[in-house]
Amino acid sequence: MARSRPGPLDYTRRWWLRFWLLATFVFLYAPIVILVVFSFNDSRRNIVWQGFTTDYYVRALNNLSLLEAFGNSLTIALLSTVISTVLGGLLALGLYRFRFPGRSSVEAASALPIVVPEICMGVALLVFFAEIGWRPGLPWPLSLANIVAGHVAFSFPFVAVVVRARLAGFDRAQEEASKDLGASEWQTFRYVTLPFMKPGLIAGALLAMTLSLDDFVITFFTSGPDTLTFPVKVYSMVRFGATPEVNAASTVLIAVTVLLTILAVRLQRPDKGVA
Amino acid sequence: MRPPIVSIDGVTKRFGETAAVDQVSIDIQANEFFALLGPSGCGKTTLLRMLAGFETPNEGRILIDGDDMTRVPPNRRPVNMVFQSYAVFPHMTVEANVAYGLKVEGIGGAELRRRVDEALAMVRLENFRARKPDQLSGGQRQRVALARALIKRPKVLLLDEPLSALDKKLREQMQLELVRLQHEVGITFVMVTHDQEEALSMANRIAVMDHGRVLQIADPRTLYEHPTHRFVAEFIGTVNSLDVEVRSVDGPHARIRHPLLGEITVERAAPDVERGVVVARPEKLRLDFSAPPVDGEILLDAVVEQIAYYGDLSFVFVRCPDGTALQISRYNVNRQDKGDPAAGSLCRVGIHPDDLLLVGTG
Amino acid sequence: MQSWRESPGVVVVLLAPAVLWLLLFFLIPLGFIWVISFGERAGPVAIDITWTLANYRDAIDPLYLGLFTRSLRIAAISTVIALVIAFPVAFAITFASPRLKPILLLLVILPFFTNMLIRTYAMIAVLRRNGYVNFSLEQLWEAGAFALQPFGLAGMLGERFVPLDLLYNNTAVVFGIVYVYLPFMVLPLYASLERLDRSLLEASLDLGASQFRTFFFVTVPLAVPGIVSGIMLVFIPAMGTFLISDLLGGPSSQLIGNVIERQFKAANNWPLGAAMSFLLLYLTFVLLVLRAWFEKRDRGRG
Repeated sequence: MARSRPGPLDYTRRWWLRFWLLATFVFLYAPIVILVVFSFNDSRRNIVWQGFTTDYYVRALNNLSLLEAFGNSLTIALLSTVISTVLGGLLALGLYRFRFPGRSSVEAASALPIVVPEICMGVALLVFFAEIGWRPGLPWPLSLANIVAGHVAFSFPFVAVVVRARLAGFDRAQEEASKDLGASEWQTFRYVTLPFMKPGLIAGALLAMTLSLDDFVITFFTSGPDTLTFPVKVYSMVRFGATPEVNAASTVLIAVTVLLTILAVRLQRPDKGVA
Repeated sequence: MRPPIVSIDGVTKRFGETAAVDQVSIDIQANEFFALLGPSGCGKTTLLRMLAGFETPNEGRILIDGDDMTRVPPNRRPVNMVFQSYAVFPHMTVEANVAYGLKVEGIGGAELRRRVDEALAMVRLENFRARKPDQLSGGQRQRVALARALIKRPKVLLLDEPLSALDKKLREQMQLELVRLQHEVGITFVMVTHDQEEALSMANRIAVMDHGRVLQIADPRTLYEHPTHRFVAEFIGTVNSLDVEVRSVDGPHARIRHPLLGEITVERAAPDVERGVVVARPEKLRLDFSAPPVDGEILLDAVVEQIAYYGDLSFVFVRCPDGTALQISRYNVNRQDKGDPAAGSLCRVGIHPDDLLLVGTG
Repeated sequence: MQSWRESPGVVVVLLAPAVLWLLLFFLIPLGFIWVISFGERAGPVAIDITWTLANYRDAIDPLYLGLFTRSLRIAAISTVIALVIAFPVAFAITFASPRLKPILLLLVILPFFTNMLIRTYAMIAVLRRNGYVNFSLEQLWEAGAFALQPFGLAGMLGERFVPLDLLYNNTAVVFGIVYVYLPFMVLPLYASLERLDRSLLEASLDLGASQFRTFFFVTVPLAVPGIVSGIMLVFIPAMGTFLISDLLGGPSSQLIGNVIERQFKAANNWPLGAAMSFLLLYLTFVLLVLRAWFEKRDRGRG
């Protein structure tokens, strides 16, 4: 079948726009792809492909401090995700549902962590924990508490945004129908409102998880000298020079975040789970 | 006859495998108010968008005033469009919206002012020139869209469902206004609509489309009284359709057989109709309780099943002993009437063969 | 929405945790550095709050003023480049087929969620002297030299390939910022283009405007909210970045972020670092107010 000429608004069928799109994606992905590919390259310095190896993964696995850092980061991410999801979900529901004095201030203040430069928040937390006399020598996992506090502070506003976006599509008549059919306030929340919020909560949780795993700046400023987290560890390794072990460790983290992101995007699609 | 202002010549537009517009040919004469009528998805909007240049046909040609426009981009075509959503630019004032089309032509100064004033006066928006679109009602926004298109003095004005976003009262008012405007400016209007009453009351000629094909092109009266297809008969107005057996055809007539009507001669909608259904408009049937049949009328016994009262007229739904359902409409001319028959009562239905038409089912 | 008076208990349960957390781990810490920014160093760790403005004076002292203007310049240049690259991308995604659109969006979002440190690190391997850009250039050079040899022109390209110094300068920092923050520009642009009624573009073409004119007089004005958001989302983090300039920049491409970091981590001059942080915050607030103003104007026209 003959293809018709592109219409005036068929911009994606114009060659230069396709080229632009392709070039941008090459720009965005080439460095990451190279990084991943060369974590399997059987050569320390050479950038030419020498052969496949998983040596660097083995070496990264045997690097105890790297493993400890990875474990710390995962622990922080998990704790931060749970707390952020609860805080963000409650806040979203409160802002969606109620009128109260100072509502717009709460709304504006809770959006601030999203826009304030990370470094300002980082140094603020550093000063804060120093001033309140936070002692770094606490037993694990308490030693991570300050980092978790910081991560929650910048993650839960994102959760709240995602959950509110979900709630915006909620038909309050469903709650009225539930009460009309004899359900109590709590039963209505439990069986009608909460199931509706669920995709938003899951997407928000995954977002909080990725944000926490990806954070470098806040962790860098909040962590004490003895607490190793993955980004801080990688940062110090990078400063000493790029090594294939860093590539291997980074690849693992990229894989984790890519999976989480794809999950989050899938769950956030508006047509998913809408009654 | 003068050459047509718009000539659509064997145009086909496919989206993937399906043909949205399938081998359509229409000639539209200068100064016509032409309507493209059909249910949603029939291809009428695609056809209009091909006239405007937003879609390019896979096959066929589109001529406007004798020039081949098939491959000409929309901004170089002598046609303008009133969009279904009006597409009034939200970031410009009423005046800037109306002036836009002239400004892009490089017209400015006194002429621009004069023509903008003229266009605003034509749609009675002189006092709204400094407003932004969000400060206007739906009807006013539509007038901006009209003025904005007409100021270009197009050879053809295209209107995509122009009244569908308005409420009923405003719609009726705008129907009259559009017809008045068309007379005033003497420009050919091509309107897409799915509303048959709108098409009948506004257009000089109508093309009825279904599944990408044009079924019939005719003036409103012909479409209503002499539909050539069952689809046209059923889409425009209401109709009783009876499956019949065609015994023979002879020029404009056909000899048909039906269990209720017996064997009679009826009009044939087109020379190629050799099988099909017989249609009769509800208002052509007569509900009779006692009076004897008028000349040539066939009387059928029936039972009244249901009444729908619309004020000015009533629809009476009856069923004949063989199960055939018919509907008859009656004007409520006399205030002192006792009203419609009760459901369940017996009646007779008078059908005159002159009011029957054999139409094709294709 | 219902009034809080109907069930004050529920309102407290819903809001208190988030509000308290925000206060304790965000607003109060910011308050701490605000106060410290008016302090004086009294010994290696002690700080006296004397409400002096000296730190702010120091921060805009010629020594650091150059730093501010450099940060502004680099952030501005990066933002403009990101805008120029992102607009066609957002435009293409907006008009992509419904099948392709989610895939393209995912492709934009994925890097957005990939660790910034790792992405910056990946950039080093591309730009360094024995990195991929230079490697590719060398291949090109050799191919060129080989092709020119028969004509006796082999020397034309120089005796041997000299790798370019792509890393550790301002250009590398701009490159890194554009690379890391590009998705932040694409997404808001896409969001506002997606809301754009296509028939507005068609109306403009229909009225005789060229594609070019339609783009600049209809598409761009109506995408202003997205453009403003995108600029905010790139410019603010670019102003505050210290990681990208730390890893990709040279000694002369230090930005405010690097100096703030040094005041807290190495130099231990907290009051000066706090004052600089707050200058950065004030700039952020000015931009937020500007954006709010744009949004209000935009909402005003429905």
